[in-house]
Amino acid sequence: MTTPTPSGRVTISVTVDGTSYTDDVPARQLFVHYLRETLGLTGTNVGCDTSNCGACTVLVDGASAKSCTMLAAQADGCEVTTVQGLAVDGELTPVQRAFHEKHGLQCGYCTPGMICAATSLLAENPSPSEQEIRVGLEGNLCRCTGYQNIVAAVAQAADEMAQAPAGAQQ
Amino acid sequence: MTAVDQPPTGKVGDWTLRKEDARLITGQTRWTDNIVLPGMLHAAVLRSPMAHARITSVDTSGATGQPGVVAVFTGADLQGDYGALPCAWPVTEDMVNPPHLAIAVDEVRYVGDAVAVVVARDAYSAADALEHIEVDYEPLPAVMDMEAALADGADLVHGDLDSNTSFLWPFDSGDVDAAFDGAHTVVSRRFINQRLVPAAIEPRSVVVDPAAASGEITVYSATQVPHILRLMLALTLEIPEQKVRVIAPDVGGGFGSKLNVYAEEVAMTAIARRLGKPVKWTASRSEDIQATIHGRDQIQDIAIAADADGRIRGLKVDLLADMGAYLQLVTPGVPILGAFMFPAIYKMDAYHFACTGVFTTKTPTDAYRGAGRPEATFAIERIIDELAAELGMDPMELRRRNWIRHEEFPFETVAGLTYDSGNYEAATDRAMELLGWDELREEQRQRRESGDPVQLGIGISTFTEMCGLAPSRVLGSLSYGAGGWEAATVRMLPTGKVEVVTGTSPHGQGHVTAWSQIAADTLGVPFEDVDVLHGDTKIAPMGLDTYGSRSLVVGGIALKRACDKVVEKAKVFAAHMLEASADDLEFADGSYSVTGDPEKSVALQEIPLAVFAGHDYPEGVELDLTGQQVFDPENFSFPHGTHLAAMEVDTETGRVTVRKYVCVDDVGNVVNPMIVEGQVHGGLAQGIAQAMWEGVEYDDAGNLLTGTFIDYTVPSAADMPSFITDRTVTPATSNDLGVKGVGEAGTIASTPAIVNGVIDALRHMGVDEVPMPMTPRTVWTAIQTARNEG
Repeated sequence: MTTPTPSGRVTISVTVDGTSYTDDVPARQLFVHYLRETLGLTGTNVGCDTSNCGACTVLVDGASAKSCTMLAAQADGCEVTTVQGLAVDGELTPVQRAFHEKHGLQCGYCTPGMICAATSLLAENPSPSEQEIRVGLEGNLCRCTGYQNIVAAVAQAADEMAQAPAGAQQ
Repeated sequence: MTAVDQPPTGKVGDWTLRKEDARLITGQTRWTDNIVLPGMLHAAVLRSPMAHARITSVDTSGATGQPGVVAVFTGADLQGDYGALPCAWPVTEDMVNPPHLAIAVDEVRYVGDAVAVVVARDAYSAADALEHIEVDYEPLPAVMDMEAALADGADLVHGDLDSNTSFLWPFDSGDVDAAFDGAHTVVSRRFINQRLVPAAIEPRSVVVDPAAASGEITVYSATQVPHILRLMLALTLEIPEQKVRVIAPDVGGGFGSKLNVYAEEVAMTAIARRLGKPVKWTASRSEDIQATIHGRDQIQDIAIAADADGRIRGLKVDLLADMGAYLQLVTPGVPILGAFMFPAIYKMDAYHFACTGVFTTKTPTDAYRGAGRPEATFAIERIIDELAAELGMDPMELRRRNWIRHEEFPFETVAGLTYDSGNYEAATDRAMELLGWDELREEQRQRRESGDPVQLGIGISTFTEMCGLAPSRVLGSLSYGAGGWEAATVRMLPTGKVEVVTGTSPHGQGHVTAWSQIAADTLGVPFEDVDVLHGDTKIAPMGLDTYGSRSLVVGGIALKRACDKVVEKAKVFAAHMLEASADDLEFADGSYSVTGDPEKSVALQEIPLAVFAGHDYPEGVELDLTGQQVFDPENFSFPHGTHLAAMEVDTETGRVTVRKYVCVDDVGNVVNPMIVEGQVHGGLAQGIAQAMWEGVEYDDAGNLLTGTFIDYTVPSAADMPSFITDRTVTPATSNDLGVKGVGEAGTIASTPAIVNGVIDALRHMGVDEVPMPMTPRTVWTAIQTARNEG
């Protein structure tokens, strides 16, 4: 990252969903706005302005991060995966598939963040208990599902990933 | 109960995975805020930081020269461009409905009231420029308490009115005085049903695209009601209706809060017309909490009269309903819907109801999931428990003695509704079995005897609701401004594929999947051959949208009948193709065959190509297979159920935990049990949240203290228990599918179950009331108060 210029802009290089970008961005630009407006990656949503809802969650260097709570400048040098980059060649991840199969979404607005948070959770803890799933997703709010099917989806994904041959997991 | 994994056949009644999900789990979505149009500008709204003030000046000169700023508008600038925001439900002839302009001109009346709009080339510049608008406010008294607002000489929300009363709506049935005068026991209570934020996770957003040369205007909005919005924009802005197109793209939840015509929808339309360019406005969460409608907020004075054996004689309800500062689209109708539900599932001789709608300097209230029915259900289910305690009866036994027995349906209630069907016995028996009623009662007894610091209680809610809004004539008799019908069109495409056009407007309910099931089943075509179009007034010109658990019960029936029409129309062509008489044809599994000669058959899906070509068809028959239907229901539907909550209360800390939650709902026949279960789960979460965590707080000066998700505590997965859900099936008799609707059941039923459970745990300690939300502090305080009084 360059030092901000007097006009308050910085140059960043970031890889998002496998594509590398170098952009001159306002120093104050939120990363989620960089994703949505500069890159046109509107799969990642904004649901609040206080880091509570987690709708904007993405994976930054593999760990979940609320993209409304970091600056675009802070993503410099990072490898980022959004909900739009999870599936490879149209092949859904176990987490995405489980959200579908367990009816873990209704309106779908929280879903991109929820799926990214669940992906990160399972990377840290491949066989979580129900309570560990619930606590692990505490930073992501859903108003439609009552969470029961989201929890079931994450548990199913964990089971499936545990049975998958080593290296096949993402 | 978890569902049995079944292959997704797509038939009605089958557990069928959703077609909607593929886009939503991969981020290929079309939320309103995703829309980018050529030349699009971005708007930001300056909002009042004061609850009530006179605007003495608005100086926008500092903002107009800011980088990127294109225009700045005050309320005075725009007031000639539109009429007042609409209220479509004048519940009484003399209801007071003060003018409500999209942008305030002389006076602000709640924190969040819009004062000015900046339009800039990007959203950051628009937000920055708000800081450069200078507004002088002369403070006026905040009016925060409904009872104080009704007192003589009260400060007025609208200074040019005589009072803060909007309306008084009375309803009386039977001889109420006789019912109460002759009673063995009368129990009276005051319940506070606190104000809530609906909190759909997608904040409101609107994009307006004007075409100056033609006068056409396209409005994209995160709305539940594109059809109603189109009509209201045409009327409010005096735009010829055929020039207005409203599109509800992907909509991220609503729960009633997007069933409205909002200031920003009207103002952005006016501004886009002025500028001749597309304009986008998207709420921040803080804005959304201030300027999207709130729900509930009633003071309920309720009294119940009973004989010594527990038979209910009568019920009296006097409500104060907080309207907030203005009447939004259906604000006054919300408590009136509730009026019919206080008697609930119980037989009684007499019923008195009166509701006073009160203006305060708060965000307007309006429909939030359940809309009047959760408030009513809470009050009746709470006071039934208090009556049981007073009589020394088991609360479930008291309910059994008074509820409408299965063999008594159809039953006309004291409120004048005719419940077509129900089986409260079956739902209750099943719920008690799933809960392990006897074992928990035994454990409760033991904990009481041993003085366990953690006490156990069982909360009951045996609820019903009125759904499927609604018979148009009934809505007319209640002075609602529109009907309750719904429309569907079914088009057979030349390749045999099917396009369904529906007037409902889903925002999470899975209509694309469920409607595909209905069409596939009725037409006998593969589930994947059906697509469903919705939410665009050009594509689906007729409809009354999605709210009040109406979509399946009204729109689903319209669709079923439209499919039946297709089958009937195609029969004529099938007969021609088979060289048989139409009277000799049978239709089954998607094919017409000649009775007695099953080899001679033609599939429905083969017929559209023949009709499309038109080379060979019977004389005098129109070359068309389209099925269209408008369905107007004859009655409401009445889902019911029994919800039981085993609640643990730590008497030393006041902490409340849901130990076990069981619900057995009867929503009639189901199209997709997976979607039904999901609707119940989500409804439960919102109802439990009202009981335990959520509540809007203002201070005495009218400042909103719960203006973000930090302070307004929408529960997370870590807060929420797992639910045990099951269903009984007592089909509705008022519609072809026997369905009743499920969108609101969980929310309506669960709040009193939770509160009754906590009080049941503490009743032996003298606690008979705990205000909502039941935070540790309120529970602990209730325990201490009872101890000190005891």
